[in-house]
Formats: sequence, structure tokens, C-alpha cells
Amino acid sequence: MSFLYQVLNEVQEFTLLSYRTVTGMARKPRYLEDLLIQMDRIGAGSILIVMLTGFFTGGVMALQSAKSLKAFGAINLTGQLVSLSLVRELGPILTALMIAGRVGSGIASQLGSMVVTQQIDAMRALGTDPTKKLVAPRVIATTTMLPLLTVVADLFGLIGGWIVSLYTLRLNTSLFWSTALRSLTYNDVLEGLSKPLVFGFIIGMVGCYCGLNTTGGTRGVGRSTTQAVVSASILVIIADFFISKLIMEFR
Amino acid sequence: MSAIRFENVYKSFGERVVLRNFNMEVQKGETKVVLGEGGSGKTTLLRMVLGLVQPDSGQVFVEDQEITGLSEPELMNIRKSIGIVFQEGALFDSLTVGENVAYRMREDATYSEEDIGNTVHRLLGFIGLENSIDRFPSELSGGMLRRVGIARALVGNPPILLYDSPTAGLDPITSRTICELMIKLRDLEGVSSIVVTHDLTVVTTLASEFAELQADQEVMFRTHGDDNVGLKNTRFVMLKDGTTVFEGTEETLNHTTDSYIQDFLT
Repeated sequence: MSFLYQVLNEVQEFTLLSYRTVTGMARKPRYLEDLLIQMDRIGAGSILIVMLTGFFTGGVMALQSAKSLKAFGAINLTGQLVSLSLVRELGPILTALMIAGRVGSGIASQLGSMVVTQQIDAMRALGTDPTKKLVAPRVIATTTMLPLLTVVADLFGLIGGWIVSLYTLRLNTSLFWSTALRSLTYNDVLEGLSKPLVFGFIIGMVGCYCGLNTTGGTRGVGRSTTQAVVSASILVIIADFFISKLIMEFR
Repeated sequence: MSAIRFENVYKSFGERVVLRNFNMEVQKGETKVVLGEGGSGKTTLLRMVLGLVQPDSGQVFVEDQEITGLSEPELMNIRKSIGIVFQEGALFDSLTVGENVAYRMREDATYSEEDIGNTVHRLLGFIGLENSIDRFPSELSGGMLRRVGIARALVGNPPILLYDSPTAGLDPITSRTICELMIKLRDLEGVSSIVVTHDLTVVTTLASEFAELQADQEVMFRTHGDDNVGLKNTRFVMLKDGTTVFEGTEETLNHTTDSYIQDFLT
């Protein structure tokens, strides 16, 4: 019973924090400078790992799928397979998981240390609402930057797939790119960009929630950092399933 | 008129009761020194004055206005008249000393950069750390952090100041500096304050010394002034298990026969 109570309590607190953050965005003061700093740290700071993730994922997909496609004599479709699965599924989810690891943990540990050193109390005592000054800029930054990072991952995934196709499968360059790009419909791109919007919100919100609810000194900071990454990753994977299902219903 | 008033306050965190049936009043210009061992609810008391935690039952008044149950934006207004010095200073570690002190004015957005600069210089002069304006909190010692914390709390001349163990873990000389700052604020600025501490030197210093402004604007610290307003207005409260076990002057504190208090004082 107490476990159920605890779960419901967490859900309630998380929802309240999200509500306060979103409604607070409409009211002044707005911390534009903090937002730009977070966008730079979260967006520009994550480009390299996203590029690497995308590149090698695209490469390995070309490598693996070519084997099965060859059996059906359809090796020419490698480009299509790589681009469809990257744009619709793997690009968004792998980028989100990488960002949950890099950014979600960073947010949770930073806010967590601020809690245990009483900086959050000090901030409130000095008349600043931490949801506006700390949470909102981070959530807006993750929500806006993740779709952009996903595009980077998709692009580098295609490049990775192309390089593998060209050098190990001996596929024609123009054949790869034309099947890869022509197979993408407007709906695929929409799906591929709406998912990271939701994932970004989840990562930012979970990171802030775990950070702000840190208790128990420096040990607590470690605990909430782990919790942030684990919870954000699981929620992203669950959300991915439901968004995919939802989009299929409307197609 | 009272600056701060607690009425029948009860607060627990889960199973642990930190304040039970707690009553206390701080008059305008009064300094209340709250004593008690760790975990006796002293810090919770200060956080309650700011509305950072709400009591489970009972009421808290700041300048005769009830703050229990107020929303966060309403509390922001109340907090403008309160300055707090946290135990470890609680400075923002991403900002320099100067930016930390200027924080409240920058947030307000109604002050010019010139005003802010002047205030920061004046306050850092007051605590004797003018040269550290561009340093980061990580480069300062514990005592310096505490002093910058005091400067930050003084922005906007709040009529109420709260000190959370301001001398804990400091060497005697730095402790002395902090005590002198508290005495100056009490006697020359007339602030009302709650000092939470378990440091007995703070008790004796606050109870026996007072500050006077000399003709040449120098501040002198004196003892033996039984009729001094600052000394008369300094009273002591002892907490045990969330309730008050003593309230009165230092003299009565020293002559009490309660074994718990005597253990604490020796």
C-alpha cells in the first residue's frame, strides 16, 4: 500500500512541477540569458556524441540489413531501409537516450547539488522562483534542441550507411541516396520530428524533478542523478511506443 | 508590534516531529537567540519564517501578517523584508562574490547598474571583503563565505534578519568578526533577528557587548552597559524536542536549574 501511495505521490508531484513550469513560462520575468546558455550547453555541447551515434548506427544497419536483403535479391533497397528506420525510429530514440545520459544526468546533478548546499532555498529567499529561473530554461532547451540533434543524427546515420554501402557492399552512390530520400514521406519526417519534441520535454522535466527532490547530502546527488537517467530513458522508450501507435492510428 | 510570531506551530517530517506546540514572538528591534542541539528544529524554524516550509498546523506571522497558506508569488513580497544567512553561506557557485551580492537587485530589475555597483561596494566594505569582488565562492574560506552571505542578506536593508548557525565550524577570530557584524546590525541598524546557534561564545558576546558609533564615525564595541537597548533586547530561547524549554535573558539562562540547559551550557 505504501509503495502504491509513494508512486502516486511521485506522479502527482511530477505533474504539478510540469504544470507550474509550463504555466510559468507565460509570466514575467523570463530568463532569456539562462535559456540561451542552456541551449548552447545542451544543443551545441551534444553535437559530437550525436554525430558519432548516428554515424555508426547508420553504418551497422547497412551492414546487417544488406545480408538479409541480399538473400531476397533486394540489396538495392539498403538505402531505403536505412533511411526509414533511422528517421522514424532509431534516430529519435538513440539521440534521446544519449541526451538522457549526458544532459539528464547533468541537470539532475547540478540542481541536486544546489539543493543540498541550500542554494535553492537561498534563491527562493532572495525572491526568485526556481521553476522559472532553473527548470523552465532547461526544459525549453531540451525540448527545442532534441529535434535539431535528431536531424543531425539522421543525417550522419545516412552518411554512415552510404559509406558502408559504397565501400563494403559496392553499391552505387546515386542509387543509395535516391532510394534513401525518395522512400521518405512527409509523414515519416513528421513522426521523426514530433517524437524528439516529447522526448526532450521528458528528459528536461525528469532531470529537473529528480534534481530538485534530492535529499541526503552528496550521496543523494548521486542517487538522483542515476534515477534521472534511468527514469528518463524508460519513459522515453514507453512514450516512443505510444507515439508510434498514435501516429499509425491517424495515418 | 511584532516582527515575527509563531502560534501553536506543529511540524513533522514523516515520523519525525520537529516542532510541537511551538510559540515564539520576536518584537521589533529584538534579537532572539535560539539554542538547541542538532535536529531540534532550529533550521526548520527559520525556513518557516520565509515560507520555504509550511507548518502542519498553527500559524506564522511576519510583521503581523499571516504567511501560512500564502501562495508562492505572495510569499515573494514577504521575503523582500527578510534577509537570511545560511549555515554554509549558500552562495551561488556559478556567480562571483559581487554578482552574488548584487543578485537580489538584478532580479528586481528596477535598479541601474550604477546603483547596484555602489551597493555592492558598500556592503563588501561593511564585511571587509572589497578585494574579493571578482572571486568565485569556491576560492573563499568558510568564514569569508559566511561574511559574503551576510552582505547578500543585507541588500535592500531588510528589517528582519535570520542567521542559521552563523559561526558553526569557524575559528575564534572569524567567529568574533561575525559576532561583531551581528552586534553592529542590531545596535546601529535596529534590525529584528533570530540567531540560531549552538555556539556559546555567540551567546555571551551578544549578551554582553554592544556597538556605539563614535563622533568620528568609528564603531566601538563596549561591555558594561546594563541599560543598553541592544543588550536589553537580546533574549534567549532554548529548544528541546521541538518545544521551548526556556525563554528569557542571559542572566536567567545562566541561573536556571534545569539539568538539560545546564548540560548544554557546560
